[in-house]
Order: sequence, then C-alpha cells, then structure tokens
Amino acid sequence: MLPALPLDEAGKYVAAAYLVFLALVLIYVAIMAAKLGRIERELTELTELAERRDADGTGAHGHEREAVGSSRE
Amino acid sequence: MTYGKGLRPLAALTALTLTAAFALVFFFAPLDADQGFVQKIFYVHVPIGIVALVGFMAGGVFAIQHLRTRDPRHDLRSYVAIHIAIVLALGTLVTGSIWAKASWGSWWVWQEPMLVSFLIVFLLYACYTPLRFSIEDRERQARYASVFAIVAGAFVPLNFAAVRMAEAYIHPRTFATTGGGLPGDMLLTFLVALAGIALLFVTLWKYEMASKNATFKLRALRRALAGDELTPARRSAAPTL
Repeated sequence: MLPALPLDEAGKYVAAAYLVFLALVLIYVAIMAAKLGRIERELTELTELAERRDADGTGAHGHEREAVGSSRE
Repeated sequence: MTYGKGLRPLAALTALTLTAAFALVFFFAPLDADQGFVQKIFYVHVPIGIVALVGFMAGGVFAIQHLRTRDPRHDLRSYVAIHIAIVLALGTLVTGSIWAKASWGSWWVWQEPMLVSFLIVFLLYACYTPLRFSIEDRERQARYASVFAIVAGAFVPLNFAAVRMAEAYIHPRTFATTGGGLPGDMLLTFLVALAGIALLFVTLWKYEMASKNATFKLRALRRALAGDELTPARRSAAPTL
C-alpha cells in the first residue's frame, strides 16, 4: 500500500467516488421518471378512448330511446 | 397487489438515513491512521458491494419461490432485485477502482482475489438480461431465468467464502474474525451507511415494482378497451404478469 495521500489530492478521489454513487442513483431515478411519463401518456390516451366510447355509447342509446319513443307514439 | 403503498415514508426514511450516514462519514468518523482521508471511500464502496451481493441472493430466493409456485409475480420480484443489484455492483466496481487508484496507485489489481471475484459475479449477472431477452416464450423465459438466478445466487456466498478463505494479497479485511476490525466510531458510521444503502435498495425495488405493476394494469386496461390487435406483444427481457 502507498503512503496516505495528502488531503488536497485524496479529496478528488473521495469526491469522485461519492459522485459516482450519486450519479448512478440519479440516472436510475431519471429512467424511472421517463417510464412514469410514458405511463401517464398511455393513461391519457386510454382515458380519451374511454370518453370517446362513452360518448358514442350515449349517442347510440339516445337514438334507441328516440326510436322506442316514436314507435309508442 | 399494490407496491406503491408505504413508498413515501420509506423514501423519506432512506433520505434521512443516507444524509445521516454521509454526515457521520465526513464529520464524525475519524481519519484512518494508514490511508487518511481516502479511506472515506470505504463507507460508500463496501455498503453498496454488500447490498448488491445480498440483492443477487434475494433474486435467487424469489426465483426459488417462482419455481415452487409458478407465480409470475415472484419472477418479476427476482428480475427487479437482480436489476437493481447490477446497478449497485457497477457502482461497487467503479468506486473500488477509484479507491484502488488512490491507495495502490493502480486502477485495477488482477492479483487481488476480492476484486476479480466481484468482477466475475458482475459479469455473470450481466448475462442475466441478455439471457431473458434471447427467449421469446414468456413461460420458458421465466423458468430459465429463475434457474439462472438460483445457481448464480448460490455462487455469490460460495465465491465470497472462497475469497475469505484464500490468503489476502493486499485487500483490507474489514471484519476480521480474530483481532483488528473497525474501531467503534468507524463501525457505527459504517453500519448507518449500510442501513442507508439497504433502505435505498428496498425503496428502489418497491418503486420499480410499483412502476411495472402500473404498466401491466395499464396494458390490461388497453386490451379491454382497445382490443388485442392494437397492443401487439413486444419482445422484452422484463417479465409480464
């Protein structure tokens, strides 16, 4: 083993090691955030699809009701 | 099952423990008599190494449960545990390399069994995701990946024991069975750092499980709303429920 490094030189290595750890965690969280964004986008798409279907369904039911009403008359 | 439950207090506890650990490292733990300030790398390098190895073994335990029950949720748990452990193992290798350069004057020492054995474990697990990706049939993929996770998980403690039994070349032995070991202040700091990294692992595991669970539920909802023809099955290394 080499003799202990002076503080000014050792500090660079210690900072680098802790920054590597921090960077790994941040990259991981950033990737997870991107995935969360994708889930949110897909959820928005599905909500729009469900609303469109709901609106179409209501329209169809409305026509049926009108047809039933007119036949009674 | 919801994995997001309790995630917020867990994340807060993790942040608190890690902050306390880093404060102890830089303001409480004494300087090492031999290595001086460079020894502070020990408090991040060793805990992430230990947690990575435990994560690999946890992946093996979940894989055993998967093979016993054939429940795909256990395969997913195993996959996520191994995935996070690989990230931590990469961190261990890089921080270890930085410490080696500062202490020994070289980025890598091939004669040191602890370094080389850890590299072998890392390279072994680096094959896990390509193995999964290479198998198209989901059921077979999960089964083969579980067998791999069990065998590799069993290799981890055996490998560690073999290295401990071998004559150490220059790698510092932190927890000696006879004499030496860490003084009280350093041990306390190390244990808090270990707890912090372990909590980080659990938090990230729950976070990724919650994310995957939400994706699967969303996919099921899409199938129900839009039909199967709009969601073609994509080849992936990640398990599906």
